[in-house]
Amino acid sequence: MKTINIKLFRDLKSSWGQVLAILLVVAAGVSTFVMSLTTHDALVLTRDAYYRDYRFADVFTTVNRAPESLRSRIEEIDGVDKVETRVVAPVKLAVANFTDPIIGQVVSVPDHGEPLVNRLHLLKGRYIDPERDDEVILNEVFATAHNLNPGDSLEMIIKGHLQRLTIVGVALSPEFIYQVAPGSIMPDYKRFGVLWMARSVLGKAFEMDKAFNDVVLTAQNGANIQDIIQRLNLLLEPYGGKDARERHWQMSHRIFQSDIDQLKQMATMFSSIFLGIAAFLLNVVVSRMINTQRELIAALKAFGYSNIEVGLHYLGYVAFIVIAGLLIGTTAGIWLGHGLSEVYSTFYRLPYLEYELRPEIIALACTITFLAAGIGTVFSVNRAVKLPPAEAMQPEPPAKYSKGIVEEIGLTRFFSQSSRMIIRHIERKPVKASMSIIGIALACAIMVVGTFFKDAIEFMVDIEFGLAQRQDITVSFIEPTSFKAFYELLHIPGVEYGEVYRSVPVRLRNQHLSYLTSINAYDKQRDLYRSLNTQHIPIDMPEDGLLMSEYLGNLLKVKEGDKIIVEVLEGNRPVKQERVVSLVSQYLGVAAYMDRQALNRLMQEGDAISGAYLKIDPRYENEIYNTLKNMPQVANTVARKNVISAFYETSAEFVYIFIGFITILAGIITFGVVYNAARIALSERSRELASMRVLGFTRGEISYILLGELGLLTLLAIPLGLVFGRVLSWYMILKIPQEIFRVPLIIEPSTYATAAMVVIIASILSSLVVRSKLDHLDLIAVLKTKE
Amino acid sequence: MNTRTATSTKPKPVFQTRGLTKTYVMGEVKVHALRGIDSELYPGELVVLLGASGSGKSTYLNILGGLDQPTTGDVYYRDHDLANAIEAELTHYRRYHVGFVFQFYNLIPSLTALENISIVTEIASNPMKPEEALKLVGLANRMNHFPSELSGGEQQRVAIARAIAKNPTVLLCDEPTGALDSETGVIVLEAIERINKELGTTTVVITHNAAIAGMADRVIHLSDGLVSSVESNETRMSPNEITW
Repeated sequence: MKTINIKLFRDLKSSWGQVLAILLVVAAGVSTFVMSLTTHDALVLTRDAYYRDYRFADVFTTVNRAPESLRSRIEEIDGVDKVETRVVAPVKLAVANFTDPIIGQVVSVPDHGEPLVNRLHLLKGRYIDPERDDEVILNEVFATAHNLNPGDSLEMIIKGHLQRLTIVGVALSPEFIYQVAPGSIMPDYKRFGVLWMARSVLGKAFEMDKAFNDVVLTAQNGANIQDIIQRLNLLLEPYGGKDARERHWQMSHRIFQSDIDQLKQMATMFSSIFLGIAAFLLNVVVSRMINTQRELIAALKAFGYSNIEVGLHYLGYVAFIVIAGLLIGTTAGIWLGHGLSEVYSTFYRLPYLEYELRPEIIALACTITFLAAGIGTVFSVNRAVKLPPAEAMQPEPPAKYSKGIVEEIGLTRFFSQSSRMIIRHIERKPVKASMSIIGIALACAIMVVGTFFKDAIEFMVDIEFGLAQRQDITVSFIEPTSFKAFYELLHIPGVEYGEVYRSVPVRLRNQHLSYLTSINAYDKQRDLYRSLNTQHIPIDMPEDGLLMSEYLGNLLKVKEGDKIIVEVLEGNRPVKQERVVSLVSQYLGVAAYMDRQALNRLMQEGDAISGAYLKIDPRYENEIYNTLKNMPQVANTVARKNVISAFYETSAEFVYIFIGFITILAGIITFGVVYNAARIALSERSRELASMRVLGFTRGEISYILLGELGLLTLLAIPLGLVFGRVLSWYMILKIPQEIFRVPLIIEPSTYATAAMVVIIASILSSLVVRSKLDHLDLIAVLKTKE
Repeated sequence: MNTRTATSTKPKPVFQTRGLTKTYVMGEVKVHALRGIDSELYPGELVVLLGASGSGKSTYLNILGGLDQPTTGDVYYRDHDLANAIEAELTHYRRYHVGFVFQFYNLIPSLTALENISIVTEIASNPMKPEEALKLVGLANRMNHFPSELSGGEQQRVAIARAIAKNPTVLLCDEPTGALDSETGVIVLEAIERINKELGTTTVVITHNAAIAGMADRVIHLSDGLVSSVESNETRMSPNEITW
């Protein structure tokens, strides 16, 4: 090996602590990058494969009742590939040892053979025997939530008839990756279940013999989906089918897609921020490290090494760190990416995981890192070799110190001589000091960005379920019901108070923009379900016109006072223009609101309600559930506390998983940065400090000068870092898709405090290392050598 | 008794300078390090440059060694114009022709004695073996020691071995004994003298220590950036006769 390379490895070995710290920063940046992007890739790839292999439908529609003979007509529509006509029935379920009401959706599967569209992935048990009339397959999440297995049984109320079912299988379906009850946006695996039954059996039970009420179909490659939808609507209109929808509006797909988009944004944001910060720090660290080697560089030049040879030598030094960092970072990133994908795959119950590492991802990570390191190195080596060696070997002229602003304004009388040295040193090299401050501040900032989501989500839940929705339970009826039904609810023992609501599915349209959602209508006087303005203050429902969430307003590009078209998708399907009275704050879901009487008028109906919100005495909870379960007109009962926990277990969990991984990496970066700042400061000033020891300063005193400076820089960096953190968080929120829920920019003091604490702890630990080095300063060497 | 020794029997000089000046700008002050030096140095000569601190001797030596360039004036190494050479030419010149010995040794702390020499021989065109160079300075038995394990005198001898290992045409020593005690200094000077005698390397030694002048063929006195006098010694003293 060439001697100059021996030097390189010895230098690396002797500064291993610092090398390790830089390496970890690079590795953490790169692994965040690789982990995030590969996880996103894996989810998309797996979803696409899952959708393709299990023939997830492209178009969905429902009808009231259509004859099976229509099926061939649907198949004839241009561009249609496979068609499945189905019976889908809302039911109530009862599982042993579970008192809460459960609603279910039974979906028919063909008597013979697998469904052509939305096929099942059977995990346990077997397929249904059409000769038996009690066999069902359960969706895996529901089966798992209740620990139900093939051979177990459960009860179902269908069309008012109680039926005992035997579970023969447990399956997954691309249609129910997110198993969400109709009209809900939040999954609740215990209280809503999907079941599959043989078509002929379900047809008889649901009075749909030789008929269907649901169509799913796949389109041929390159077919025009909108054409298919139009033709399908035309064909099914006589049977009450007008609302064929493309996959985009399918609830499970929509939530899953929203998660994937969210992950993509988080992945891009976090990985670019982390890698960017790692690159910046690498640049700073490398420049400063090379500056401390100024004399050695001059000596090498005096021996006849050319500028390029010297440059390559230091590039080699940096390249070693970068390559090691890239190797560790990529390996860790792939490993973490695998782990994270597995976690998500379990979370979504994907039947398999397609994990592919795109070489571009690694190439990009390498390029960014190498560029950052390379630029830093070339720049500083260039500066070092530019000096004629004779000059470089001269001791640097005494640094030009002067009284800085702190002294000018006369503050120094409050400081000791040592403190004055600290202040002068910082004031003399403001660029270097700012770089250190920015570096530490960025490290602090990523801790904030990494952890603030928890605050935001908790705040969102507090507002949504504390200020806006305050009912204990929500009861929904099977169909619009007369207001009189409400009194029946109020008379149930334990029900303390109630309010009614009316909810209708609509398409809201503003010129070419439209959105499928529902209008929820309330009475003017209400205390349980309140709409909040953007300052979170409850507002009254206007007598006419609509309220809508700010988010929906933005989607439809409407302002307060604008008019939009409301197309009702129920009953007589009236179409009317309504004014948007005001935009309200809403973090969950995308809905519009109206006065109930106004909606009743719009629907040309009487005093109809869709359900009620109830406040109950918790002691009567079980009795109330039992009573509601046995009321035939009640379709569903949802407890607010279950919605909250369901939210934490699903949507929030999805974000938390990612954030958990990120926080660890942010912590590593923070430590690496602070440790480096301390070590470089030490190597830059060890001679000066050793000279002071010779002059009679104690270890404590010189430590104070160096560590005091580090401490001061850290203290200056922390508030800046918290501000950076807030800005980055804000930017992050801007970029994250918000269809299912919208994350507000809420950062609790405890999150700031945690970020600051991590920096301070990193600082203290680094100081301890530096302090022990200071205690072992070689005083003799200083006396012997120059400067 | 000062005599100029330029006679027609002298061979062609290795170095020739005319009107050499060097001005440094340090902040707002201009420092005139050299104010017009005319000089010739001949093959195989051992020249001692004597002068007080600030007399300009290091600047002069650095210019001869291609570590620095003059502000005005000419400096030739044989036929090579060092004053107007570009960076790459100077690097080439240093690499193949010049051996440097610095006051503070400038050994690379992470390399052993032997490796400190190989780092130079590896880029030279006709070097001696690093072990041989160490033998010349009497340190063959210390070759695997790191600089921190060597005494000051030993470090300086390693530096000399490093300077001569490439078989340079000129050996330039900047206060080689400046950081050493008399006894160790003598050992270092013996090493330098031996190189000069045995290899015939043109050698320039800078010092502010007049005692060392005795070992030179010629002594050039510098003061305030100018050559104040040049003297020749009829016979060179052996370094072990020198004390300070």
